[in-house]
Amino acid sequence: MAGSKGLTGRQKLGWAVVSVVVLVYALFPVAAIFANSFKTQADLGNPSFWPRNWTLTHYEMIFVGGAQELFLTSLRNSIGITLIATFVAVVLATLCAYAIARLNFPGKRIILGAALAVSIFPVISVVTPLFNLWRTIGLYDTWPGLIIPYLSLTLPISIWTLSAFFRQIPWELEQAAQVDGATQWQAFRKAIVPLAAPGVFTTAILAFFIAWNDFVYGISLTSTEAARPVPAALAFFQGASQFEEPTGAISAAAIVVTIPVVVLVLLFQRRIVSGLTQGAVKG
Amino acid sequence: MASITMKNIVKEYDDGFPAVNDISIDIEDGEFVILVGPSGCGKSTLLRMIVGLEDITSGEMLINGERVNDKPPRERNLAMVFQNYALYPHLTVFENIAFPMRLAKGQFSDSEVKEKVQKAAGMLELTEHLERKPANLSGGQRQRVAMGRAIVRDANAFLFDEPLSNLDAKLRGQMRAEISQLQRRLNTTSVYVTHDQTEAMTLGDRVAVLKKGLLQQIASPRELYEQPANLFVAGFIGAPSMNFLPGTVEDGPVGSMSLNTPLGSIELPEELAAAGKGRDIVLAGIRPEFFAEASTVDESKRGRGSIVRAELTHVEWLGNEQYGYISYENDPRVVDTLQNLAHDMDADDLRTQLVVALDATSRVRGGDSADLWVDTRRIHLFDPSTGENLTRDEEAGAELTRLAAEDRKRDRERTAAD
Repeated sequence: MAGSKGLTGRQKLGWAVVSVVVLVYALFPVAAIFANSFKTQADLGNPSFWPRNWTLTHYEMIFVGGAQELFLTSLRNSIGITLIATFVAVVLATLCAYAIARLNFPGKRIILGAALAVSIFPVISVVTPLFNLWRTIGLYDTWPGLIIPYLSLTLPISIWTLSAFFRQIPWELEQAAQVDGATQWQAFRKAIVPLAAPGVFTTAILAFFIAWNDFVYGISLTSTEAARPVPAALAFFQGASQFEEPTGAISAAAIVVTIPVVVLVLLFQRRIVSGLTQGAVKG
Repeated sequence: MASITMKNIVKEYDDGFPAVNDISIDIEDGEFVILVGPSGCGKSTLLRMIVGLEDITSGEMLINGERVNDKPPRERNLAMVFQNYALYPHLTVFENIAFPMRLAKGQFSDSEVKEKVQKAAGMLELTEHLERKPANLSGGQRQRVAMGRAIVRDANAFLFDEPLSNLDAKLRGQMRAEISQLQRRLNTTSVYVTHDQTEAMTLGDRVAVLKKGLLQQIASPRELYEQPANLFVAGFIGAPSMNFLPGTVEDGPVGSMSLNTPLGSIELPEELAAAGKGRDIVLAGIRPEFFAEASTVDESKRGRGSIVRAELTHVEWLGNEQYGYISYENDPRVVDTLQNLAHDMDADDLRTQLVVALDATSRVRGGDSADLWVDTRRIHLFDPSTGENLTRDEEAGAELTRLAAEDRKRDRERTAAD
């Protein structure tokens, strides 16, 4: 990669153009949804990008109006399920990654390999058998019924990222703690966990995004408001009459669920990038 | 306070490589023992077996007579200073030092912890830094924090794993002195691993020299220096290293015996000659300071040595003394031995040059030829094939180590009286 110092004016211009193109390409849909969410129902069909009259009707509708129940319960489901899935994934991944980074045991490579295999396995091919299985054992349309598949999405990346983090922590610290009178568990908790905290945190954010953005499991393994998360619920919004598309409400809801993700990314940008590259380079 | 006894300790790795091979060492209560050797000699492994971070393949490890082979580190009550200090980066200096006491829940009240940390900090001049984080400390200060963590609890013994190797030369000398004084003051059994023979010589009551997992010799620094057991110990201990000159013992003029070397003939005292006689070739171990410029040697002393004439290739003047270098043609029969020796000691390739210590006032320059007097009584002869010291005086050596032990007892009584 070229350092910024070595760039000539032409190269700078080139990079700027490329960056702008990528940014527009990536952000245009978001901006369009944003604009749509403020258009009146009549306005939605017209070709202008920005609304002629800014309105908050769609937001009113999803928070206090007709779609309130659908949206708020699904929002509650989303938050609850995602947080639990993230928490469980991070705890399990921390222990697993610690073992992988520190201990020598048979099957270590298999675990890492299996984690990778799971994460590249197409979700859609698992969904149908899972649907049947969940119905038989009563997990269909429940929170655990979504949390468990979410773990299969979040655990692999968590394990890979965290084991890279743990490998960076000098082993001597733990040995020093043991010599100082700590049990293996105490050494882990008092010397290793505090140092791994930034890594654990990054991993938690990554896992949160993955679970938060899932659509396939959310739509296939739920049938009622009991467990349906927001991305799935968006598909169930209804217009005021059967001839009206609920585009405005869906847009508003989409913007609302994007906000936490954007806020998290802005706050922890640096950590996320370092966490991603660690997983990528060192894993 | 405790004694540490190692009986036939062996460490074998999964691939069957013995990192430590049948080592037995008795460490007395309050003694300061150094494990020294080139990298890969097993010294650190041995230390880690004492503290319990490494499993023992076979043999017995006793602390105060109690077998600890299967005890985890925390039950051995030993304190260790790591090479990279292993300070907890998220804790302040105070909490780093207090860490062992915090782990022993309920044993220390808050005020006790504070008092002990303050005391240790005072001893190590860390009082002003107690609230800082390790990342903001200098190398020497970090080193002291690591020591503070070790001395704050009443450990059975201190174990040091190359604690000074990350410091610059000046600081290393200073910390060496501090460790030595601290150990004397606390009178705690200590085991110290280093690859630096200066540290070994200056700190240890006794020094164990290891090579490839085997104990070569354990003795007081003086005995190692004066009566080395073999070629390896002789070459490893002392700086600059001992010169090894190939030669054959032959009948000299007037009934005396002399050693025929590339430098010329060196007359040998009878006992030495007897040990080397009848052998094809021997290596004469001559330390640089066994040489002197013939003109500066007293008449009375001159008779006790032999004089050779040689051309110096260059000299190094160091202020308090100077070293002269002499090139010579090596005997092909010992090249392999010396090559292996250099390799064992982590040294560069063998150079066939002799180092002689000259008086600082001497005006001999490179290119000059000089008459050099050799103190032949202190020469040792080694068997090039086995490395064995043919002229080692067991009794004289044992006496030196006994004297060192006596010195230590005296030191101990003095500190006890203070």
